[in-house]
Amino acid sequence: MDVTRKKRDMLKMYYGHSQEALQDQGAATADPCNINGAHFEPDIYLGKLLKERSLGELMDKETEMVRHIKALDSDMQTLVYENYNKFISATDTIRKMKNDFRKMEDEMDHLATNMAAITEFSGTISNTLQDRRQQITKLAGVHTLLKKLQFLFELPTRLKKCIEMEAYSQAVRYYTKSRKVLHQYQHMPSFQGIQADCQLHVDALREKLRSKFHDKNSCPKELAECVDLLLQLNEPAETLCQDFLSQSVHSSALQPSEHTDILEFVDCGCNGFLSNVCLVIASYNDLFLNRQQDDEQLDAIALKKLVSFVNDLMELYFGYVQRRVLLEKETGDNTILVRALDRFHRRLQAMNKLLPDTDFSRAGTEIVSRAARDRVSHYLHSLQQHYADCLTDIRQNLAAPRMLARPDGNPLSDLLQGLNSSLLDQMKSVLSNLQAFIASDITFAMKPYFRGLFCVQDVRQGLVVAFLEHINAVCIEFCEAPSDKGAVPPALLLILSRLCLDLEQSTISYLLTLVDEQFMLDSSSVVTPASVLTAAARDTAQRLLNHYVRVQGLTISQMLRKSVETRDWLNTIEPRNVRAVMKRVVEDITAMDIQVGQLYEEGIRKERSSDSTKRSLSTVRPSAPTRTNWSYTPSTLDNSLMSNIQKLFSERIEIFSGVEFSKVSVLTGIIKISLKTFLECVRLRTFGRYGMQQIQVDTHYLQLYLWRFVSDENLVHFLLDEIVGSTLHRCLDPVTMETSVVELICERG
Amino acid sequence: MDDDAAVIYGLEFQARALTAQTAETDAIRFFVGTQSLRFDNQIHQIDFDDENNVINKNIFLHREGEIWDMKACTYDRNILATIYNTATSAKAEMRGMLWKVPEEFDTSLNDDNATVQSLQPLASLYSADHGDLKALMWHPSGDTQRLITLADNHILSWELDGPDARVSSATPLEGKGQPRFTTGAWNPHHNSSQIATANENAIRGWDLRSMKQTYCIESAHSQLVRGLDFNPNKQYYLASCGDDCKARFWDVRNCNEPVKVLADHSHWVWGVRYNNFHDQLVLTSSSDSRVILTNTSSISSEPFGHYDDEDEEEMCDKKEGLEDGVICTYEEHEDSVYAVEWSTADPWLFASLSYDGRLVINRVPRNIKYNILL
Repeated sequence: MDVTRKKRDMLKMYYGHSQEALQDQGAATADPCNINGAHFEPDIYLGKLLKERSLGELMDKETEMVRHIKALDSDMQTLVYENYNKFISATDTIRKMKNDFRKMEDEMDHLATNMAAITEFSGTISNTLQDRRQQITKLAGVHTLLKKLQFLFELPTRLKKCIEMEAYSQAVRYYTKSRKVLHQYQHMPSFQGIQADCQLHVDALREKLRSKFHDKNSCPKELAECVDLLLQLNEPAETLCQDFLSQSVHSSALQPSEHTDILEFVDCGCNGFLSNVCLVIASYNDLFLNRQQDDEQLDAIALKKLVSFVNDLMELYFGYVQRRVLLEKETGDNTILVRALDRFHRRLQAMNKLLPDTDFSRAGTEIVSRAARDRVSHYLHSLQQHYADCLTDIRQNLAAPRMLARPDGNPLSDLLQGLNSSLLDQMKSVLSNLQAFIASDITFAMKPYFRGLFCVQDVRQGLVVAFLEHINAVCIEFCEAPSDKGAVPPALLLILSRLCLDLEQSTISYLLTLVDEQFMLDSSSVVTPASVLTAAARDTAQRLLNHYVRVQGLTISQMLRKSVETRDWLNTIEPRNVRAVMKRVVEDITAMDIQVGQLYEEGIRKERSSDSTKRSLSTVRPSAPTRTNWSYTPSTLDNSLMSNIQKLFSERIEIFSGVEFSKVSVLTGIIKISLKTFLECVRLRTFGRYGMQQIQVDTHYLQLYLWRFVSDENLVHFLLDEIVGSTLHRCLDPVTMETSVVELICERG
Repeated sequence: MDDDAAVIYGLEFQARALTAQTAETDAIRFFVGTQSLRFDNQIHQIDFDDENNVINKNIFLHREGEIWDMKACTYDRNILATIYNTATSAKAEMRGMLWKVPEEFDTSLNDDNATVQSLQPLASLYSADHGDLKALMWHPSGDTQRLITLADNHILSWELDGPDARVSSATPLEGKGQPRFTTGAWNPHHNSSQIATANENAIRGWDLRSMKQTYCIESAHSQLVRGLDFNPNKQYYLASCGDDCKARFWDVRNCNEPVKVLADHSHWVWGVRYNNFHDQLVLTSSSDSRVILTNTSSISSEPFGHYDDEDEEEMCDKKEGLEDGVICTYEEHEDSVYAVEWSTADPWLFASLSYDGRLVINRVPRNIKYNILL
């Protein structure tokens, strides 16, 4: 075993195959004593053996070595023998192959000669067939030519037939096919004849087509066909465009009837006019624009023509619509108008898609918002009218005698309530009417440029705010030019004043909130804030009330002035009665008190002294002499005295001053004006004894009745004292009447 | 001493009549007439010493009756006309009289126990046929010695010839309901040939040459018209005031509406006066016991102030200062102020008289004065 392995290893080593073997051997290579190694040194090995081994061992080794050498020799012999056999058989095989190849070469030569023969034959055959083939081709050519010629010769009759059968498109197709040929060979007389004939028929055809084209009764589809054919017949496209469009004008002519319902009108416009226009645009697009045209310029011209044509038409249409919408002014119902406008607006949007370059919806929205604005201004107008009517109503009511017949009722506050609620109702109904414009199913309501403008500018600003301002303006007019407008009933002033106050306190904010809610306005977009309006309303209320006080004060003043001016105070009899005018004054003031009381609260009164009812002229009397005294004192003294008196009366009385919104304040104002007038008039007269006493009686009477109306009765006392004092000054014979007598007269009167 | 402070002078009696001594242009002089039925009435000649802010006075007796109106002569500073009331127990009549005032103002009499002098009557202006005298007007320029009085419903024109006075013409005012004149004013323009009169709430213009009515503002005020004054520097412009608490300014060529309305008083306005030199300054007196000085530049004869090319910025400031409106409200009075008059000597000074006999001399605020002057 070990031996065979060794042998194989050595073989391997010989052929240099195995790396591993080489490496295994590596250790042994260096060993010169390895008998199988490459570096074996027999001398060293022998020497080593001789040195290390015993003799027996050497003997054994020697036998072993001999045995090995013998085995190796026999192996060598076997190998050589085997290799020799193989070499012999290989030589035999090569010899056999040599023989086979020689045979094959011969056969190949044979094949080559055969092929040459075939080629030769084929050449001869094709040479013989050549002539025949050329003839056939020629014949086929002649045949087609003849066919074509036949077609040409038959063309005029065919055309004629086609025209007769009204198969125009067929005719055109035939003609277009042959046109080129005819054109090419027109120098030949026969073709010329054909061409002339064809031309004749084609002209006829053209004529027919044209007449059909111009026929008013032909429908757009037929028209389109005509145009198509004419175009194929090389008619100039531009004129065709023109003709087509002008033809379409007739077909889409609008017959607006202004008596129809607006909805019907818009429907008619949409279905008739607009759809016609759409059809025209569509067919035009098909005919002139969407064709495979080489000529870009022509395309542009055609488009331009179309746009200007449509624009003209739409302008006309918008004009009609606008006029029609304007007619809607008078009617009250919004929903139909809104629906009509919506339909109109929607339809226009559809139009836009057809003609991309133009924007009709903008113009349409313009019309819609103008219509909305018209509605708003119409409503504003009607609100103003309503307001004016209300005022006229109130005036008539005030003038009616039954007003005075029911002193127990509350006619003024009833009127005010009526006015208030009627204005509010009217406003509410108007607002709810206008809401139709922004209903969610209306397309244009969703457009921000419509909605924003409409809600903020038109409704809130143009309607609500404008109306409130109008109310104010009308009220102020009443204050400012009373003489021009004729007598404004004072009660009306009072009612309006209260109305403005109500506006300020509740109605304005209520209305604005209502609008903001109904029209979904946010406070940021508001133009006129509520505070401005309420301030204006309060101002107006104040002015009206001041004016009321002034007017009523002047009425009583006038009465008092006349009564003082026209009487001869020097020559008058001893007073027995309170003068009738004083009673009238008290009556009138009482009436005013009732009037004001219906609309305004009582107001604050100053505490009055407990004996005020008992107060009589006796308190006046002591003051009168003292005051007469100081005026006679020399000027040196009066400085100190006057200053004292100044202190006494330091509080200046504003006669025509503004009043508060309360009954007492209003009445105080009226009484102040009246009594001041009385005072001034008394100062202009000269009195006799009895004249003076008459004034004494009159003032006492006034004092008895007027204190209850005013906020501060001392004011009345002060003014009445002034009157009596001034009368004493102006009296030639100042002897006052007994207080008891005065009281008696007053009680009796 | 503060120059702008008001100077107050008290009379013993009640008073309505106030006039500047018109023909006197050097000294600041006013006449005040008292109203008393039971005592002798007086005319106080007030001399205001501008430098020392002191009032000197001469007192003259006016025994004939209480003085309702008084006008100093325009051409002779020593002549004064009064309208007075002669009241007896049976009858009260309004009469007029011309008086001669002593030539020189006697400053030596200016102590407390002043002796009371008498006035020398020149001529009576009473015409028995024409009823009560309501107002009188001197010829505005004093070129001719002429005087016009308004009786109940007649315009009486008087020719004065030295001490004599005679009625040269009497023109009745016709109309329903016996209209009566209340007041009047003589137009200083157009050669002084026009006057304006007031009755109830109407203002009428008259041509003195023909004595025909030339124009009529029917409802000049909603109530009685109490006072009239012509703009001394701008023709056709007339101011009126009345019981509607307003002062109105009219261009008499357009009687339909006033060119301006002042509504600053809270009671009747009794008097309105243009400043003689700067007609944008207008004084109104009222029974609300106030005197109000108003700037009416927009309708005055010098609406934009003086132009000064050199400093336009200042001009702008000036314009701001001269905007229309109330300049000042004078509240020194305690009672109704029936009369207010500008001084004829000092254009920045005026006097006002209230019923309780208080005469107040006031000045235009200094800043306004400089605004107008500079």
